[in-house]
Amino acid sequence: MNSSKIESLAPWIFVIALFVIWELVCKLFGVSTITLPAPSDIWAAILRYWAPLLRNSFVTLWTTLAGFALAVAFGLFLGLVVGWSRTIYRGLYPVMIGFNSIPKVAVVPILVLWFGIGEIPAILTAFLISFFPIVVNVATGLATIEPELEDVLRALGASKLDVMRKVGIPRAMPYFFGSLKVAITLAFVGTVVSETIAANAGIGFLMAQAGSNFQMPLVFAGLIALAVEGILMYAATAWLEQRMTGWAFRAQGSAAA
Amino acid sequence: MISLKDVSLAYAGRTGPVLALEGTTISVGRGEFAAVVGPSGCGKSTLMKLVTGLVKPTTGVVAVDGAPVTGPVKMAGMAFQNANLLPWRTVTDNILLPLEIVEPYRGKFRSHRAEYVAKVEDLLATVGLKGFGDRFPWELSGGMQQRASLCRSLIHEPALLMLDEPFAALDAFTREELWCVLRDVWQRLKFTVVLVTHDLREAVFLADTVHVMSARPGRIIETRDVSFTRPRDLEVCYDKAFTDIVHDLRNQIAQVRKG
Ligand SMILES: Nc1ncnc2c1ncn2[C@@H]1O[C@H](COP(=O)(O)OP(=O)(O)OP(=O)(O)O)[C@@H](O)[C@H]1O
Ligand SMILES: [Mg+2]
Repeated sequence: MNSSKIESLAPWIFVIALFVIWELVCKLFGVSTITLPAPSDIWAAILRYWAPLLRNSFVTLWTTLAGFALAVAFGLFLGLVVGWSRTIYRGLYPVMIGFNSIPKVAVVPILVLWFGIGEIPAILTAFLISFFPIVVNVATGLATIEPELEDVLRALGASKLDVMRKVGIPRAMPYFFGSLKVAITLAFVGTVVSETIAANAGIGFLMAQAGSNFQMPLVFAGLIALAVEGILMYAATAWLEQRMTGWAFRAQGSAAA
Repeated sequence: MISLKDVSLAYAGRTGPVLALEGTTISVGRGEFAAVVGPSGCGKSTLMKLVTGLVKPTTGVVAVDGAPVTGPVKMAGMAFQNANLLPWRTVTDNILLPLEIVEPYRGKFRSHRAEYVAKVEDLLATVGLKGFGDRFPWELSGGMQQRASLCRSLIHEPALLMLDEPFAALDAFTREELWCVLRDVWQRLKFTVVLVTHDLREAVFLADTVHVMSARPGRIIETRDVSFTRPRDLEVCYDKAFTDIVHDLRNQIAQVRKG
């Protein structure tokens, strides 16, 4: 087996090793299932409860994606506005920093009061927590156009809109797609936090329920479901980033060479 | 074509206004090749921005083509020390960029694209980049990028070409080669050129008139006609008359640098 093959297998080897050690520790020291269930217990719970796990995973998935979609639309729009002019940038930036520093967990009860228990607070929490990095990245991409390039275009009679369309927006795209990875992770956190506090569906809700019934293997099964979902969503956005802005990676690669 | 009368310009610096130019008067005729030399920081780039209408003079009048400049001149081709090509566009698409902005090309860009691409290919051939149109900028060397940047500044056949140290980052051979490219294109199309440079040989070889600026706040302290016959050959750089002018200019700048 050559070394690149080993390298591609390495993550799997580590994951398997982790579970094996976990299992051994639980069995050797007789750790109670209520404290820390062994992987075999978790696996049994997954097999037993696969239907509710799947159903609730799906709820978590779509609420996350809905919140994320809102964050993308709004973040892109606000990023373009903020990056458009220095005045707007200066004016809005402190407001946004202030907003972003509020822990979003604190907002969930308010959302529940407004919209009741259910998916809407989860979607909104996901949205509120994840739009900020998109705004900042898009605005940064626009604001850092090389001044000389802007001079070239303006001397040709380009309007601000022309400069944005021809240079600013394409230039901001790598920043935008890069921020999606961060945003989707945050949106996921937002959804699960909200589900844990106030919901009647979703993995967060399922875990909270299972926890109050002391069904620890099911709680951990929920955790595994979250990990799988999180990894899949991250991988999807990372793939999208590669696809959409390959030029930025290649340009950097050649600059470094 | 270009006239500045008693122009001064102050930037709003962070610690108070910075006077970049003061009492600058210069005029460049239509189809003339003018070079501007001077110590670093004397306001040469500022002068370029004034002529193209990117900044407004604090006092004085800037006129291009007989009309006072009140905003961007909407037609000048510009090139800088950095090629500033867009990395997501191919070389051809980079060079087409001005045609997507300047009228009358802009209005018929879609329908005439094939014709414009052919134009780009002609231009690429003249600067020695034949066959590189489909490459991306990062696949090109610095010198090749600079050639592409020169093409971009020329594609819309501007009446006015503004060059701010375009050859400063190149090796000596590439630089001389591009001097000849610029010389030939200019000889053919006879647009007005303002070339800012630190290379006095470059200025004397290419230009009809060399303007010398003082240290900041910049002012034109001398205008020197260079009357070698055209078309000039690189050999002229080794004439005694040529080296004498270069020497003279050098001394002048050394003096204004001392203050
Ligand atoms: N945006 C700005 N704000 C404040 N001061 C500026 C600004 N741009 C230029 N200056 C100042 O104006 C002066 C002239 O600048 P300019 O860029 O025109 O010089 P230059 O002759 O092109 O220099 P170089 O030969 O190094 O390119 C400099 O002293 C600089 O510090
Ligand atoms: Mg300069």
